[in-house]
Amino acid sequence: MNRLYRMNLFKISIANLKDKKLNSFLSALLLTLGIGMISLLLLLDRQLDEQFRRNIRGIDMVVGAKGSPLQLILSSIYQIDAPTGNVPLTEVNSLRKNPFVKTVIPLSMGDSYQGFRIVGTTPKYVEHFQAKVLAGQLYNASMEVTIGSKVARNSNLKIGDLFSSSHGLDSKGKTHGNKKYKVTGIFEPNGSVVDQLILTRLSSVWDIHEHEEESGSSNHINAEPNEEDKQVTSALIQFRNPMGLLTLPRQINENTSMQAALPSIEINRLFSLLGVGIETLRALALIIISIAGVSVFISLYNSLKERKYEMALMLSMGATRSRLFLMLLIEGVSLAVIGFFSGIILSRLGLWLFSRAAEQDFHYSLRGFSILPEEVYLFVVALVIGAIAAALPSLGIYKLNISRTLAEE
Amino acid sequence: MITASNLRFSYSSLKKFDFPDISCKDKEALLILGQSGKGKTTLLHLLALLLKPDSGEILIAGKLANSLSPELATRVRAKHIGIIYQRPHFVSSLSVIDNILLSNYLANQKQDRAKAIYLAQELGFAEHLSKKTTQLSQGEQQRVSIARSLMNDPNVILADEPTSSLDDSNCEKVINLLKRQSASIGASLVVVTHDQRLKDEFSNRVTL
Repeated sequence: MNRLYRMNLFKISIANLKDKKLNSFLSALLLTLGIGMISLLLLLDRQLDEQFRRNIRGIDMVVGAKGSPLQLILSSIYQIDAPTGNVPLTEVNSLRKNPFVKTVIPLSMGDSYQGFRIVGTTPKYVEHFQAKVLAGQLYNASMEVTIGSKVARNSNLKIGDLFSSSHGLDSKGKTHGNKKYKVTGIFEPNGSVVDQLILTRLSSVWDIHEHEEESGSSNHINAEPNEEDKQVTSALIQFRNPMGLLTLPRQINENTSMQAALPSIEINRLFSLLGVGIETLRALALIIISIAGVSVFISLYNSLKERKYEMALMLSMGATRSRLFLMLLIEGVSLAVIGFFSGIILSRLGLWLFSRAAEQDFHYSLRGFSILPEEVYLFVVALVIGAIAAALPSLGIYKLNISRTLAEE
Repeated sequence: MITASNLRFSYSSLKKFDFPDISCKDKEALLILGQSGKGKTTLLHLLALLLKPDSGEILIAGKLANSLSPELATRVRAKHIGIIYQRPHFVSSLSVIDNILLSNYLANQKQDRAKAIYLAQELGFAEHLSKKTTQLSQGEQQRVSIARSLMNDPNVILADEPTSSLDDSNCEKVINLLKRQSASIGASLVVVTHDQRLKDEFSNRVTL
């Protein structure tokens, strides 16, 4: 009873909202859902965009076995789809002679450890993603590996540890028991795809599969692999100048056994495919927000009819009409504020759940729980919806006949 | 002190009221008796500055009050007139004490919590202060609205049928409290009613 508060408009508004708990709850819930959905879409959009663009930087073209170009991009750059097949190393190396080509980074994959991909490549790959060694050193000899930060954290591999890889890209594959990899270093986390990879020399991947074949089939006599037989999965290409873009892809697609895929085109295609879904969800969220506005409107309209006498009473006690109008406005705006913040929390929770799923399936983690600039606009939109939904029915305050209303009861 | 002379009001050409002159000094009480349809509530609303008379004069605390602008009339009413309505009405979402303090707040006066508690004790509903008004009985509600009308130390207290929905014992209790409280703050008390039970409680009477 001795709480030291004063009466004010805000307190009366909140008391009114509390008095109509179910109505207020419904309005706030609808706003929460609408705002939460839009905010989650914004977050995902931003995160996907960041993740995709960051890894694509500096890679102009990817060559690999013929198949789906999108699959080639996803498997070679993002390491999230199965590779399209293998191509002869000689063909890849012949690209180096092309005057338009600046760098060729061959990749060889197919094995994994605890779900993390082992990628055989050249030091250029490490250079390209600007990965720095945090502890130990970069792999040097065959069968030596340097592991990404996320791999180190999740697999408990340490420098000096030996492990045998399993065939295939999920953890269920058959293990290559006889030859073991040795961890020589761990990369700093840098947010690129390297975080979730185990990098080694190209020769390691060849070595391990040579041995496999030896023990598997005794007829295989050729123990020394020769250059012509060697295969890689794909290669990342950087052009010397944009002219390469015009001539090389066609040349490769027509004259070699390989296909060339352009990351920028494929990713835009992927985004436009995703875009349809995102647009649909966004429209749905806007509909929910509009319904929330209507719900605020209806619940205030109804309660105002019931509270007509209260309003006349307050007017007779000295309240000005503008003061009461403001009070009703605060009721609508409070609902909007509550709905906005619960929506923001809901979207962060959604992102967190989404991130957990993405991490499990693709080893990609989505970070960035901070408020986006678009969400500031969203806040303004929510306030405007709350204010309009409250203002429309509350305008009746200015027409209320005090004497008649008080006499009617 | 409140005086009214030659008051005249019409809702339409068929519904016209001519009211007798009224005068009630500070600390005095006046009973206005009248049957239904005689314009009791209309008179009360005129005295409360909720309606503007077609002609005639109203003086509140010695000042002419019948031709004020709506804003000014509201301010005078909030500060100098305490009104008790026939059926006690409150802001239903607020507690009893907040409803009483609302009277201070809406009149832009300092919110006097100690006074609200004192009045609640005087009027016998101190244990209900944190309840919602709907949880109280009719008699209790009427006592709360008396407390509310006293909060700004008004010059005039106007009561419209304050006892019509009360039983005999509550009726007597409420009217005695009204008389005592208004006298204690030196206000004029004007009661408008058709309730014949009140006839003997007032020496000053006007019949419509």
